[in-house]
Amino acid sequence: MLVALFPTLSLVTVIHAQLCQPDAENAFKVRLSLKTALGDKAYAWNRNEEYLFKAMVAFSLRTFSNKETIEISNVLLCNITKRVSFWFVVTDPSKNQTLPASEVQEAIRMNRNRINNAFFLNDQTLEFLEIPTTLGPPTEPSTPIWIIIFGVVFSLVVVGIVLLIMSGIHKQRRKSKALTETGDVEDKYETVVTIENGIPCDTLDSKEGRINRAFAADGEKLTSL
Amino acid sequence: MVEMEKARPQWSNPLQFVFACISYAVGLGNVWRFPYLCQMYGGGGFLVPYLIMLILEGMPLLYLELAVGQRMRQGSIGAWNMISPYLRGVGIASVVVSFFLSMYYNMINAWSFWYLFHSFQDPLPWSSCSLNSNLMGYDEECDRASSTQYFWYRKTLNISPSIQENGVIQWEQALCLILAWLVVYLCILRGTESTGKVVYVTASLPYCVLIIYLVRGLTLHGAVNGLAYMFTPKLEQLANPKTWISAATQIFFSLGLGFGSLIAFASYNKPSNNCQKHAIIVSLINSSTSIFASIVTFSIYGFKATFNYESCINKVILLLTNTFDLEDGFLTSGNLEEMKTHLASTYPKEYSEVFPQIKNCSLESELDTAVQGTGLSFIVYTEAIKNMEVSQLWSVLYFFMLLMLGIGSMLGNTAAILTPLTDSKAISSRLPKEAISGLICIINCVIGLTFTLESGNYWFDIFNDYAATLSLLLIVLVETIAVCYIYGLRRFENDLQVMTGCKLSWYWKIMWAFVSPLLIISLLIFYLVDYILAGTLTYQAWDATQGHLVTKDYPGFALALIGLLVAASTMCIPLVALGTFIMNRRKRGNTSTIA
Repeated sequence: MLVALFPTLSLVTVIHAQLCQPDAENAFKVRLSLKTALGDKAYAWNRNEEYLFKAMVAFSLRTFSNKETIEISNVLLCNITKRVSFWFVVTDPSKNQTLPASEVQEAIRMNRNRINNAFFLNDQTLEFLEIPTTLGPPTEPSTPIWIIIFGVVFSLVVVGIVLLIMSGIHKQRRKSKALTETGDVEDKYETVVTIENGIPCDTLDSKEGRINRAFAADGEKLTSL
Repeated sequence: MVEMEKARPQWSNPLQFVFACISYAVGLGNVWRFPYLCQMYGGGGFLVPYLIMLILEGMPLLYLELAVGQRMRQGSIGAWNMISPYLRGVGIASVVVSFFLSMYYNMINAWSFWYLFHSFQDPLPWSSCSLNSNLMGYDEECDRASSTQYFWYRKTLNISPSIQENGVIQWEQALCLILAWLVVYLCILRGTESTGKVVYVTASLPYCVLIIYLVRGLTLHGAVNGLAYMFTPKLEQLANPKTWISAATQIFFSLGLGFGSLIAFASYNKPSNNCQKHAIIVSLINSSTSIFASIVTFSIYGFKATFNYESCINKVILLLTNTFDLEDGFLTSGNLEEMKTHLASTYPKEYSEVFPQIKNCSLESELDTAVQGTGLSFIVYTEAIKNMEVSQLWSVLYFFMLLMLGIGSMLGNTAAILTPLTDSKAISSRLPKEAISGLICIINCVIGLTFTLESGNYWFDIFNDYAATLSLLLIVLVETIAVCYIYGLRRFENDLQVMTGCKLSWYWKIMWAFVSPLLIISLLIFYLVDYILAGTLTYQAWDATQGHLVTKDYPGFALALIGLLVAASTMCIPLVALGTFIMNRRKRGNTSTIA
């Protein structure tokens, strides 16, 4: 029996070796960048890590296609380089063939996150070269943030404008009331003082009792010829 | 009855006046034009023509405008009317140019608001490309250009391919523009009383931000590369006439001469104010701010260039590592060159296949990308900021500073328009000051909505390049000749001595009478020759399919607008002079017939 086992085993290995080759049918190339991702904490890629990888791929296929029969031995790795990169295929346990690429691709895409996490890597540092990654959609809040801030600033400015205009009108009304209360004789002189360069004094909003320095300048009383 | 001297609103103290002038003069040009000129025209060597032009042109013309305003105590129209009734057109031309400027300048503040509001997000919206519809890759336009260019041209401007395609008004930009005008209205509402308080903030805050940025910028990785690149003087550029012309032009436009804003500000001064001292202070502060801002800009440039250079090197390393299945981390930037030759000799076939994809990374070429204007602030700076830590904070600070600079300049522009209007009795007797300012703001805002169209940026560029440049040179030339030769230099000197008590030194007299007018005439000749030689005028249009700018010719209606902009202001001077002459002849004719 042992004599019969040996050629079968070697046949299986030869067939397996033929199944997993670079650019073989249904084969995928995987590339890991451990030093880029982990720096000093990078672990060495050895057979134990390969075992974990095979386990993750087998797990993905089991959960995706509900094929409870897929074992770690069905995942074949070959052409492992120092990069680290390698090729892998998944064989069908019932037939001596590789599983179709689309099935493997979908399975890995579904569980991509868990595979990445098992190795402390991400989509950029653990690359499946023929399997495009689905980029995560950006989180969009329901109201864009800028409108909220715009609304706040806008309302503050409008409130400021309204306050300034109202206080200006209020002061003007107070001044005109004070004017009408004093006598008519004083009105004539008042009008000379309160109109400056065509601008009514009250809109200047000068504080009560402020000295108008322009009147203090002596030289200006003499108009130039 | 003795005619009592009519008083004017005044600055509460001379510091407000200085701050107002600084706030007006120190604007966006100091931040985004001077560093570009420095880079183009010889780095540290550019400071030589710049400082010479400051002494020959900047300080004298600034002092002239401040002295005229303080002496005549009127806005630009009234002031030039007092110098000579034939020259009222100079004042009107100033008001027209200021009007054009305020129309388009506030659009920059609108963009600053937009970027400021978007800085409160994590991550910043311009830091990465948005995804395309099937979430498999990035948006094509964003991929071809860069994420900051995409955010500026597509998300902010939503720019159309050419000036003919106008598109629709972008409501987001329109909202920001309305907000910008409301802020300006809030500041000018009460005249000098409110403006005087606001300029304390708008003049000093940019310096605080610049200092913070200087400290951060100098500590960034790679900043030294940018500074070394900028300050290494390339003295051979001094022989290039364009260097001197650019220095003269930059000093001229940076101080904001000819708009009437300086005359307006000075007209609110006490007559005894020492405006000579203030003119020197303001022009020195303006120039040192330019130099200071370019130190900050170049440290940021250095950081960005180093970052891009190192990314480029990393991409090449990754490409080679993947092609030849070398061990991860084997190739470093140190051994890259020798490994490239080793690989080329060991695997010639594979190397020649991958060779076209290997980019030649060069720090020099990254530093060489000289950008000015809106491109510098909204594309290059944002690219540098997104790579800094706590980028939201730096972004907020930066755009807040741009906003302060922009609003400070807007206050000066609107003062240039409002002061002549409130001086004229016809208008100010009918409407209160608040209503006049409000009307100006509304009119400018409505016209400014043109710049929120999809082709708005192209119209903006027309205004930016042509509305003020030629006209200002002419206006200031006529101003200088008017004061020195028509009003009389000796008479003006006497007026100043009576008013302020300082005697005019020979330096000012020589500059006003000979040197500055000659400089301006040569600048004018250069500009005219340049326009004529260039033939047709062109503009830069954004091509979305290629992801970069392309040069296109202006169509007829755009050229007509350019002509109109230049003519509207420059023609005021001769037309009003002619009009006054005709009116005087008719009056003389009437009086002679009566007599």
